[in-house]
Amino acid sequence: MVKFNAKNLNIWFGQIHALRGVNIEIEANEILSVIGPSNSGKTSFLRMLNRLNELHANFKMSGWMEFDGQDIRKIDIEGLRKRVGMVFALPLPLPLSIFENVAYGVRMHGEKKRARLSEIVERALKQAYLWDEVKDRLGVSAFKLSGGQQQRLCIARTLAVNPEVILFDEPCSGLDPISTAKVEEAMLKLKKDYTIVLVTNNVKQAARVGDRTAFFLSGELVELDRTEKIFTAPSDKRTDGYIRGEFG
Amino acid sequence: MRNTQRSQKIAFFFLFLATLLIVIPVGLIVVIIIQKGWPAINWQFLTDIPRQGMRAGGIFPAIVGTFYLVLGAIIFALPIGLLAAIYLSEYAKDNILNRIIKLAIINLSGVPSVVYGLFGLALFVVFFKFGASILSGSLTLGIMILPIIITTSREALESVPQSFREVSLSLGASKWQTIRHIVLPNAIPGILTGTILGLGRAAGETAPILFTVAAFYLPQLPKSIFDQAMALPYHLYVISTQVPNVDEKIRYGTALVLLTLVLFMNLIAIIIRYNFRKKKKW
Repeated sequence: MVKFNAKNLNIWFGQIHALRGVNIEIEANEILSVIGPSNSGKTSFLRMLNRLNELHANFKMSGWMEFDGQDIRKIDIEGLRKRVGMVFALPLPLPLSIFENVAYGVRMHGEKKRARLSEIVERALKQAYLWDEVKDRLGVSAFKLSGGQQQRLCIARTLAVNPEVILFDEPCSGLDPISTAKVEEAMLKLKKDYTIVLVTNNVKQAARVGDRTAFFLSGELVELDRTEKIFTAPSDKRTDGYIRGEFG
Repeated sequence: MRNTQRSQKIAFFFLFLATLLIVIPVGLIVVIIIQKGWPAINWQFLTDIPRQGMRAGGIFPAIVGTFYLVLGAIIFALPIGLLAAIYLSEYAKDNILNRIIKLAIINLSGVPSVVYGLFGLALFVVFFKFGASILSGSLTLGIMILPIIITTSREALESVPQSFREVSLSLGASKWQTIRHIVLPNAIPGILTGTILGLGRAAGETAPILFTVAAFYLPQLPKSIFDQAMALPYHLYVISTQVPNVDEKIRYGTALVLLTLVLFMNLIAIIIRYNFRKKKKW
């Protein structure tokens, strides 16, 4: 089943042409890795999927973008973002307690019962492999956690809303190798229930977790294929050059 | 090498001198007012009405009047100022018109207070027929401190990191929920700073209340918001320049009470701000 379908998608931020004629289909329950050098448009593409680009004052788009067969611009924006969660590049806990961070989204969608919230928070923290480390101090500030724990808290916070898709925007760029491994482990387990789009600067990470990999360069989608194919026999020589580290 | 050290010493000297030049006059003012005013302070001075053409008795009606005026100004200006600040920082698009509006508001805080007084006279006293009353005076003071409250509140709202907003929105919260639950709670200390500045200014100004509320001599307490009232800054002006042979210690005593009242109101706001800052988790 196709989750997202973009046809000839162009976007601009003021004068900057950030995505140029992108055509892409994202399948349900796959991990799609998106790689490319900085300013290649990969994050702009990701933020297209939950319409976060629209926060930018001079954002414009042309072309077609659909989610579950519906024009993405016609879906009410809160409903879309509830179904398409996002984990940001830096661990960004809200200035609240651990419990309130995870419960935040659910609360905003109208859940008031404490028992139900506790249940959701516990389940989400377990899914993000954080429960055992924080179960005795759910009331303390989320800023007391280490960077890796904060990032898993952010994953739990996204999961608590029960989305269908999770967007990861370079989720491990600020983490050490052990925390990175834990986040990757969580992603592979989540694949069963969620569609995952992973933007990453780390080519090896794309190779480790992606089912398919897309390579962006200067706002264009250069190549999209199964991850093994991209990393062993890419059909475009620019992809080959980037993977072998010739430019970055 | 020696040159660098010498220029460092010279720079330090001038920086220190400038600081000293600010601190000494402020310190002197406080010391002189306390020294000359303290002998006047006693229970009768604080709780009695003025007697013998304001040459004896107390200043109680003026204390009460100033308190009511400041309270009224804040009740009027804080909600309106805060709502306007939220609109300007969160909702208004960044275009020429809104930039002009923002600039105009900043410049309004530099308008001389006597102009606000005239405006209050024309609008509240005459046009709305509130007369010279606490209501007219409070509204005039409120309008005078609105620009301060809007500008500082806007800065406080804009200093809340954009990333918090993005996180909240990405979880499917609406824009208003994001403002209500994430942006506002983190902006409260800054908003209170604006309120403190506004409080101090409203309590101390004479010109805006001159035409709109202040009574020359009114030896009784106001009974409603449509009554005239005495106020400390105007009373100080009257006993210093309009009434002959007022004892010096009564004048300085009045100044001391005004200073203490402003300080006391600021202290309350500072304590509230401190408590919110302590709760701040980033």
